[in-house]
Amino acid sequence: MKKNLQWKLLSIIAVAALSALAMFPPDEKIRLGLDLSGGVHMVLQVQTDDALLAESEASAEQLQTQLITQGVEVTSVASSEPTTIVIEGVPQNRDADFRQTADDLLSLSYNREGGAGGNYTYRMRGPVESSLRDESVRQALQTIERRVNELGVAEPIVTPYSVGGHQILVQLPGIDDVGRARDIIRSTSLLEIKLVEEGPAPSREVLLAARNGIVPPNMEVVTGPSDVLGGVSDESYYLVGRAAAVTGRDLRNARPSLDEFNQPAVSFTLNREGARKFGELTGQNIGRSLAILLDDRVESAPTVNGRITTDGQISGAFSQEEIEDLALTLRSGALPASLTYLEERTIGPSLGAESVRAGVIAMASGLLAVGFFMLVYYKLAGVNAIVAVCLNLVILLGLMAYIEAVLTLPGIAGLLLTIGIGVDSNVLIFERIKEELRADKMVRSAVSAGFDRVFLTILDTHIASLIAAGLLFQFGSGPIRGFATTLAIGLVSNVFTAVFVSRTLFDVVLSRRRAATLSI
Amino acid sequence: MSLFAKEPNFDFIGKRWYAVALSAALITAGVVVMVLNGGLRFGIDFSGGSLMVLEFAQPTSEAAVRDALTLIDEKDVQQYGDSGGGVLVRLPQADPEEGTRLEEGAERVLSLLNESSLGEFEEVSRELVGPVIGAELQQRGVSAFLFAMVGILGYIAFRFSYSFGVGAIVAVAHDILVTFSLLTLFGYELSLNVVAAMLTITGYSVNDSIVVFDRVRENTRRRGRGDFPALVNTSVNQTLARTIITSGTTAFTVLALFVFGGEVLRGFAFTMFVGVVTGTYSTIFIAAPVAILITQWRVARRGLPASDATSPRRPQVTATPSSDAPTRPTRPQAKRRGRNVRV
Repeated sequence: MKKNLQWKLLSIIAVAALSALAMFPPDEKIRLGLDLSGGVHMVLQVQTDDALLAESEASAEQLQTQLITQGVEVTSVASSEPTTIVIEGVPQNRDADFRQTADDLLSLSYNREGGAGGNYTYRMRGPVESSLRDESVRQALQTIERRVNELGVAEPIVTPYSVGGHQILVQLPGIDDVGRARDIIRSTSLLEIKLVEEGPAPSREVLLAARNGIVPPNMEVVTGPSDVLGGVSDESYYLVGRAAAVTGRDLRNARPSLDEFNQPAVSFTLNREGARKFGELTGQNIGRSLAILLDDRVESAPTVNGRITTDGQISGAFSQEEIEDLALTLRSGALPASLTYLEERTIGPSLGAESVRAGVIAMASGLLAVGFFMLVYYKLAGVNAIVAVCLNLVILLGLMAYIEAVLTLPGIAGLLLTIGIGVDSNVLIFERIKEELRADKMVRSAVSAGFDRVFLTILDTHIASLIAAGLLFQFGSGPIRGFATTLAIGLVSNVFTAVFVSRTLFDVVLSRRRAATLSI
Repeated sequence: MSLFAKEPNFDFIGKRWYAVALSAALITAGVVVMVLNGGLRFGIDFSGGSLMVLEFAQPTSEAAVRDALTLIDEKDVQQYGDSGGGVLVRLPQADPEEGTRLEEGAERVLSLLNESSLGEFEEVSRELVGPVIGAELQQRGVSAFLFAMVGILGYIAFRFSYSFGVGAIVAVAHDILVTFSLLTLFGYELSLNVVAAMLTITGYSVNDSIVVFDRVRENTRRRGRGDFPALVNTSVNQTLARTIITSGTTAFTVLALFVFGGEVLRGFAFTMFVGVVTGTYSTIFIAAPVAILITQWRVARRGLPASDATSPRRPQVTATPSSDAPTRPTRPQAKRRGRNVRV
């Protein structure tokens, strides 16, 4: 055997061994997509308007407080849209004072508009708006990530889904309790503690009777379950301060516990800043009630018995699981904005396993049938083709394992197509060799001419397919990408196996004897 | 063993109008059915909505599940898989009203079935696709496909000639249309997986066309252009054994996928199978004739003699017969292949 040939054989064996090593054992090394492993795929839209509204409301609140201390009386300061603060009824004689105060406070983030008749609109500046939106998406990402990690999912994916679209992609492979994961990821878990001014009352009218039915500008009406009232009505109404004294951001920890009636509850510990604010609030308001709100709903409204600093408890009609999930979401922080589903796909693990099984059977039977045909039709040369096609599959899977590409259902189809392309390349070469033999060429020159001629064809077909695969990957989505990945890798490895490996095998056979005939 | 005892010599190009008639009939039938059905059936990926697969512990029927869900107006219930207890429930996209949650429909189905007397069941899979994503997937699918087409056209035009590129693309368009028609005729719907299969077909069809074009290029180089349609016909014949063997084996592999691939892959495998068959057919009867047609049309427009127009722009192929052909030794088989075919 020629030295050259030995090196070729050696390098083929090395590539085969490396690939086999990379993909073995396949059930650990080959990463399966969600459609094969089972799991959840969600695309969530971050309602960034929520975050903007919260920001504008907080600014309006601050402005109102400032105006009161300055003695500027206005009719209303309100934020009805996410990006605007509307001030109505600024007295003519205090116009300059108002402008000074409002501009000092707001001009960094807002543009002043209007002014006629004492009505002003402050509109959020574009850059501020977009950076707030991005920030809320970033925060939502981090929060979801923390929650998913606490859920203990292996290899979760939490990434932005589209730039500027404020969408988040969450993929949780192999998760059992999908419903729970769904709820945990999406619960806003906005914890607020507010001072109760009035209530609880069985209806809005009763609650506001003492104030002639008008909600003071710095207060709001919230509702909660009515167990406090002994079931007179389904809902209890509370009038609370608009500004939250303590929020979920002030939390240091939250854990499931039991309340004084041995019912499940969540105990929380505040951080230093939270403890200071909470101590101040409770110290000044002994005897009054605090509303503990979760997502704008009163969960409980305990009476303050003394100054509390670091520890508190949320009790209510919770089940044990609800308590655990609430503690989890509180620990991971509130979402800055609510989330809505754009897409959700849940594939049960059994269905995924079924697809893998079906794919393997289809591939094995396809390979067997093709192998059988190649042996019958091309005789010994058929062995070449079988070796080349199998090696192609091994290299493809090995490379996929190595670059940690994900095998999806369409990816399995890509594998099948790779088998097809591999067979095609061999058929092209063999048919050409036959043609050359028919033209009365010697065996060796026929083989050589066959490979040389067909090489250009194979190159052209493969490059065209590679261009298509690349563009599919670039512009396609989900399953199409999985397909493009498999196809592209398969194409590259096929050039190696069909041209280099197959030819080396021919050369090995031909180098042993002075061949007059070829089994093809 | 050989497929043909000697080199085949079928008059494919001469029969091209029969082929065109057949394709046109098939596509027309598909379009008619499509129109009667109110357009192409889009799968959940593109239309949006909810799709759930449920597995009941007891064997159940479509009718029983439909009865349990009478409160839901628009729904599609189908038997799923071969276990007897598998049921697929599909709900259309809810009105995009403000505040309608994507998961509402699915949750309603679950609660109605829980209240029914159908017994225990498991939710095997659930797919909810909102309008935003549906539109995005549609747009991405279409643009991926178009870009891939343009890429292939560009490459073939660069490596071969413009008329070949157009021929290949027309063949692909033909394959896609025929496949759409057959999908409609057999009641399959267009899902992302089916689109992936269509893309595969595209690659396959182009692959096939390139093999033939490559042979045309080689023959042109060797023998000059002469009677271009005859040369193309010879090239198709020369690659015929390869074409049949390759599509035969591929079709077989895909058939295995169709038979063993399970419910999830059925539409995909069907599309692939149709595509492999039509891809082979279109290479012979569509791609090559279109390439000839475009070449002749370009000739007529430029007022050149027909024999000059076939020259692709690549330098190694543009040799004129008078100056180049004699410099290459004529190979023995070239003589044997030299029989021209009437076109």
